[in-house]
Amino acid sequence: MIAEAGLAALWLAAALAAVQVLVAALGLRPRADADALRAAVRPVAIVQGALALGAMLLLILLFLRSDMSVALVVANSHSAKPWLYKFAGAWGNHEGSMLLWVTILGLAGGAVARFERRLDPHTLTATLGAQATIALGFYAFLLFASNPFARVEPAPADGAGLNPLLQDPGLAFHPPTLYAGYVGLSVACSFAVGALLTGQVGRDFARAMRPWVLGAWIFLTLGITAGSYWAYYELGWGGWWFWDPVENASLMPWLAATALLHSVTVLATRDGLRAWTVMLAVVAFSMSMLGTFLVRSGILTSVHAFAVDPTRGTFILVLLAVYIGGALLLFGLRVGTVRQGRLFEPVSREGGLVANNLLLTVILGIVLIGTLYPLVAAGFGVQLSVGPPFFDKAAGPVALLLVALMAIGPLLRWRRDSVQALVVRATWPIAATVFAFAALIVFAMPIGVLPLLGLSLAAGLAVASVAPLWGRNLRRTPIFTWGMVVAHLGIAVSLAGMACDAAFTAERLIALRPGDATRVGPWRVTLDGLSPVVAENWSAVQARLTATRGDRFRELFPQSRSFTTPPTTTSESAIATVADGQLYTVLGQPDGTGRWQVRLWWKPFVTLIWGGGALVALGGLISLVGRVLPRRRAVTEPDW
Amino acid sequence: MRRPLLWVPLAGFGVLLLIVAVGLFRPADRAVHSTLIDRPLPDFGLKPIVPGKPGLSKDDFTGQPRLLNVFASWCVPCIAEAPQLLALKRAGIPIEAIAIRDTGTDVQAFLRRNGDPYDRIGDDPASATQLALGSSGVPETFLVDAKGVIRRQYIGDIRADQVAGIVAAVEAAR
Repeated sequence: MIAEAGLAALWLAAALAAVQVLVAALGLRPRADADALRAAVRPVAIVQGALALGAMLLLILLFLRSDMSVALVVANSHSAKPWLYKFAGAWGNHEGSMLLWVTILGLAGGAVARFERRLDPHTLTATLGAQATIALGFYAFLLFASNPFARVEPAPADGAGLNPLLQDPGLAFHPPTLYAGYVGLSVACSFAVGALLTGQVGRDFARAMRPWVLGAWIFLTLGITAGSYWAYYELGWGGWWFWDPVENASLMPWLAATALLHSVTVLATRDGLRAWTVMLAVVAFSMSMLGTFLVRSGILTSVHAFAVDPTRGTFILVLLAVYIGGALLLFGLRVGTVRQGRLFEPVSREGGLVANNLLLTVILGIVLIGTLYPLVAAGFGVQLSVGPPFFDKAAGPVALLLVALMAIGPLLRWRRDSVQALVVRATWPIAATVFAFAALIVFAMPIGVLPLLGLSLAAGLAVASVAPLWGRNLRRTPIFTWGMVVAHLGIAVSLAGMACDAAFTAERLIALRPGDATRVGPWRVTLDGLSPVVAENWSAVQARLTATRGDRFRELFPQSRSFTTPPTTTSESAIATVADGQLYTVLGQPDGTGRWQVRLWWKPFVTLIWGGGALVALGGLISLVGRVLPRRRAVTEPDW
Repeated sequence: MRRPLLWVPLAGFGVLLLIVAVGLFRPADRAVHSTLIDRPLPDFGLKPIVPGKPGLSKDDFTGQPRLLNVFASWCVPCIAEAPQLLALKRAGIPIEAIAIRDTGTDVQAFLRRNGDPYDRIGDDPASATQLALGSSGVPETFLVDAKGVIRRQYIGDIRADQVAGIVAAVEAAR
């Protein structure tokens, strides 16, 4: 009965989404009863979100109970699996993850309906109508092409199990976080469409949209950071970013959302960049949908491509064409009716934010081209793949330029500023950059050009990011200014981690007999012995490594795991985290003469990458709190 | 703002759609054109790994076109492609194999369970020959012609819809 109830909830939610579109459309017409219709959209949106959530909870219940009469559970679960993976397994597959997608979509729409009070009622109605239109397409996709509640007859005795790479606590959090980010951008897109329909693009619109963009952006930041750490420790390759198409698929919406976050600030504060902000909102969501499409259609090869199915790919492609094509068509038709926003001087805070947007757009373009280029080349019969060498060389320098801009941007004044005054304000950051550069040249050469510039700029940015707090009464500084400071500082920290990893990593691949020792970086690592380990659904050979460095001593237990359902071998890395970095160890295969392959990395300060990412998200959260909470005091003209 | 500029995003999006649509609907060509295509096989001589079946060397590839299957008993997609290899064998195509980082007992068990399409199996305990062939994973299958020249490389498991194409490719290589 649970599966049928879930399916019924899904159908009802879809029907309500249709009602929501209809009522919103009628409510926007100049009629006597339009006010009542507009008022009715809100509860419909809330109930629709609740029904989608109900369907998701029922699917989770089916997975927790290992109900083997449901096809999805059979294909992706196993009764011997630990409960956390049964729970997370509900979205570790195509149908379940699409249900999670519409659930978050419905909840986001419901939240807009429940909490949004600032927006003009017409624009809000149009926004909720647009949100329901998006939801309707995804409900259709679920109900007609990816039903998660389909039964199998007869029910098999047990299921096929979950891909072992996905049997990791990270799976419980990574997809929901990333999806919340992806789908949160749908709200931004709906706001843009709503505002285009009513022509109300201005400060109120920007202030209403900003918390939603900020929220989506926080989730995207967390999702990308967590995904990067997951790939780092689970895949056992020692890298933290692989320019895999799916990683790029999450990076592109983040880049667009970051640009949007900054342009929406210009719109909210200075009423500039109206058309550009509206377009970015559409582009940001189009990147989310493109990401979903690239992952789901299997047109690009990737570890994430668990649902390689051209029919589903076609469905998402049609949704993408209709929604984004429709939104951009509306943009072309209607944005001309939006009044021109205010203009500003090139050397000003606004000017800096425009430059930020341009650079972010360039990086977005590079990533997009690099990701899709293999497809274009394949169209001409050439097979190739685009990897780190392209992305690092093309995006790296632009990103460093962006970091430099990020350091001085917050030091600029709104409206107009002078270059001389800026240089004076930026004295300490410039000094920090030059000092770090000189110190690295003297003590740390040879390191690559990008790591050298990265570390120098990270030092400058770290100083610059706290500069907006100098000379201020810290208790009277607006909360969102603190948010910006923390987020920018997080970027500096993360950049420092990336540069340190690129510049100072020591690597060693060696075959060791039990009792043998080797050196990597400052560590001396001994293979003490090997022993078998058995768990609920896997068995493993586990190595015992002891690592010593001076009088410090760590034990590591990397494993080579064999899963029974489905039969697969994975290597489980073991990582020792110390204050100044991580020792990363992987156990490979035996070579047949009693020696075992062991791969070791010493990665100084590598943890800063994710620590910085977490700081960036924390900064976003602080900003969000600052924007949503009632003002602590009257701020006539917030300068951030 | 100039009016035509407002249509740039839609135009760009149109191009993007076109690219991904072509990628989606173009029939998937899983035959990878590696740099080793149309080059002779590298020199190798591998010991047998299971009793009663000879090992494999470069000199075995004479007389007629053959498939060279790189596999391992510990590899899951290799189980998935086993029926397709048996079908190719039934179509009269000789199939040679290289077992990667494997043991005799494991390979024997694998062949008992999944069928045995192979004439010879060479033992490649450290992937040395695999790397020389330009193969980076299992399974991979090479089409080698009667003169010992590599004509095609199929990366990943051979699926049922590829069998007819491979038979045709073998005929073309005669």
